[in-house]
Amino acid sequence: MSFRKMIVGALLAGAAVCGLAATASAGEFDGVTVNILTRPGYVIAGRLAERGKEFEAATGGKIVVTEVPFAEIFPKIQNDWSTGTNSIDVGVFAAGWGVELDAAGLLEDMDPYIAKDTKLDLADVAPYFREFGQKVGGKTKLLMVDGDFQMVYYRKDVLEKAGLAPPKTWDEYIEVASKIHDQDMNGDGQADYGSCIFKKRNAQSYFAIQTVAASYVQTQGTAQGFHFDAATMKPVVNNEAWKKAFEVYKETGKYGPPEELNMDIGDTRGLFKAGRCGLLIEWGDPGTLQLDPDAASVKGLIYAVGAVGTKEVLDRATGKLVPVTKESAPLSVDGINYAPFAAFGGWAGAINAKIDQKKKDAAYAFLSYMNQAAQSNVDVTIGATGYNPYRNSQLASTDLWVKAGMPAELAANYLGAINGALNNPNMASDMKIPGAQKYTGVVLDTELARYLAGEITVEEALKNIEAGWEEVTEEFGRDAQIKSQALALGGG
Amino acid sequence: MSKANIFGQPGSSPAGSSYVESWGEWFDRHSGTFFLAPAVTLILIFAIFPTFYSIVFALSRVKFTSNGLQFQFVWLRNFSKQFFGNDQVHFLGKTESIGAIGLLFFAAVTAAVLWWLYRSVQITSWVGMLGRFISAAMAIFLAWIIGASLLSGNPIGTLLTTLFYVFVGCALQFVIGTGLAFLCSQPISGKNFFRVIFFIPLMVTPLGVGYAMKMVADITKGPFEPLLRGFGIEDWVWSASPWGARFVMMICDSWQWIPFIFICMLAALENVPRDHVEAAQVDGASSVQIFRDIIWPQIVPVAVTVLLIRTIEAFKIVDLPNIMTGGGPGSSTESMTLHSVYLWRANDIGTSAAVAYLLLILTVVVCASFFNYVVLGQLRKAQT
Repeated sequence: MSFRKMIVGALLAGAAVCGLAATASAGEFDGVTVNILTRPGYVIAGRLAERGKEFEAATGGKIVVTEVPFAEIFPKIQNDWSTGTNSIDVGVFAAGWGVELDAAGLLEDMDPYIAKDTKLDLADVAPYFREFGQKVGGKTKLLMVDGDFQMVYYRKDVLEKAGLAPPKTWDEYIEVASKIHDQDMNGDGQADYGSCIFKKRNAQSYFAIQTVAASYVQTQGTAQGFHFDAATMKPVVNNEAWKKAFEVYKETGKYGPPEELNMDIGDTRGLFKAGRCGLLIEWGDPGTLQLDPDAASVKGLIYAVGAVGTKEVLDRATGKLVPVTKESAPLSVDGINYAPFAAFGGWAGAINAKIDQKKKDAAYAFLSYMNQAAQSNVDVTIGATGYNPYRNSQLASTDLWVKAGMPAELAANYLGAINGALNNPNMASDMKIPGAQKYTGVVLDTELARYLAGEITVEEALKNIEAGWEEVTEEFGRDAQIKSQALALGGG
Repeated sequence: MSKANIFGQPGSSPAGSSYVESWGEWFDRHSGTFFLAPAVTLILIFAIFPTFYSIVFALSRVKFTSNGLQFQFVWLRNFSKQFFGNDQVHFLGKTESIGAIGLLFFAAVTAAVLWWLYRSVQITSWVGMLGRFISAAMAIFLAWIIGASLLSGNPIGTLLTTLFYVFVGCALQFVIGTGLAFLCSQPISGKNFFRVIFFIPLMVTPLGVGYAMKMVADITKGPFEPLLRGFGIEDWVWSASPWGARFVMMICDSWQWIPFIFICMLAALENVPRDHVEAAQVDGASSVQIFRDIIWPQIVPVAVTVLLIRTIEAFKIVDLPNIMTGGGPGSSTESMTLHSVYLWRANDIGTSAAVAYLLLILTVVVCASFFNYVVLGQLRKAQT
């Protein structure tokens, strides 16, 4: 972080503390400790801890942030809250995971707290995150600290030098990656990579495959979904569309780092910040991460494409791919079907329903503090926090971003890509039904990893996913899942 | 003998002896039980109870509700799906389309095992035969899995990956560890220094070993990168190749565990009487003859015992694949313990417990067979 940014950050933090003191009077939460569980590292967790110190100074409430590996967040919280251990007061996790915890009656309803909160300004939270991310069954059960979409990023300078346009379809993604692969992109004399995607098992790979698959499968708008037949909850996965997505995803590996199968998001971020990636699939972070001092070689050069689409889409009646037409894909644009994927849905905080009221009050006050524009509008502009924009005030104007050091042209591109995805009527929602973590983080992730490693064929992988998803559906009850899916895709 | 002795109860002593004396005698007689009771109770609470309680998990589907865990009894479904259901390939590997070599291997092992059983009938009691039947059944089952997956060119599952770490890893560790111990038992200069150096890896925490090895084995930034480039194989990526990753995992595991074999075998070697060796030297025996005929017979009881302990430990490998590859690429470096951990981490506690029990059965049968048919045999031979 630059010195100027530190000064600005410190001043804003001071102002924020003054603001907090106005809502939660000093000493209001003296002796109350709020234990928060989230992912490891500075990303997400770091800013919670820093803001926690401000919160403690203003209210006396102590914030303790515990970090566990990504794959352990959900089971640890579910286990802790369900068995009544209650060592965790607040979980900060994927917005979509909340529904399973809520189905078991483990989440505190925040609506009564929000009704008394004058600082939160929920109307400023973008509708998708307010209605889909924060609400479960029509009630606000989570508060966002981050808003997430997966997008494709490209090195503007590398593509311009090669005379290539940013990819509009996944076939073009492969073509562009192949043409720029093995070029020296950072001037260190070493050959660099056409494409960088985190493909390690038990990491983030299962989000990236959905980003590829969404445009092949979903054609009728967000309410259609791209995982199941909404009426029967039969998986829509063992078909030519997902097969093509798997094949495209595997092919990107030809133009990626040799160790891509063992790389998670930390590894690929290290690579693109070092200027070694021509294309990449990522959340909103590269937009701001390129402003970090350790990404000097790519500052202002990593541009975003809100969505990469397809010229073929799934005919659900036959399971085959058919060309994009106004009939097969009514929302297509210039013969391309786009379905930007709201991967993960954003990091959001939820309160354990079984803790005592004083802790609940302190937990809500802290989550509200994180979510309020005064804090959030600063945090989302700092790449290292891992927080991406989710408020209208962050998405409407480039001012915040330019002030944070982002070149104006890049800021316009970055917000344009996010807004384009957010406002796309065919935006693809992440799963928000009980078992979401099991459907994707376990079944999809395992079979995808085995396909990428060459252990099984794509047909076997898709057949196994279909069978695995059916098992999960049966486990939670088909009728209950149909209702949950209808609510999820309807925004409940 | 007093009545108290007969009934073993206080308060029934013959007339004339005091009440206190009778209690004292009773405590004396049962003092062994009282001394053992705390330890037995602790073992029951901390070891045996969880073991049996986990059977409840293994036979259930566990749901998380606001009122705690909800158990739905599913009989052996958590076990059967490892062999027949969707998880079969993950656990057993792909066993369709067995090849000629696989079939031949299976037939050879089956024939050998059946011949062994036939011969055992004549010399073993029915209890012994029961044990041999269990060992034989396991051997034939494993031969089928090896033949149908590994030897038929199909991917293997977590079962064979575990056996690969156990058998190939332990064999490698035993050979190198014993070799190093033999060298350090010779009158060479600086041997104390080497003893300490060779012993250090055992003292490092497995997590530390995992992260250290991850850095060492990094082919793009690690210390072996220039070497690989020198050999022209800088494009070879162990972490993307199932067998490459398994071998790297096994080598890293060996780095940590060779010192265990080394230190035990060194102690055994140093206990071999020098006069036996010197007598053989005087008689003109070569070094190979001395090792084969004088030293080896005397260290073999220690060797097989060390190998048994190491084998039991090797079945539990989990840290290295978890840290270095996350079980990948695919599930190729995933051991049965890691398989169980991942299921547990996904809150599929019932299936996780079932996989843990399958590992327990495998470990007990393999290690008990090794103990009965190898270790005991060698110990008896050493005694005669």
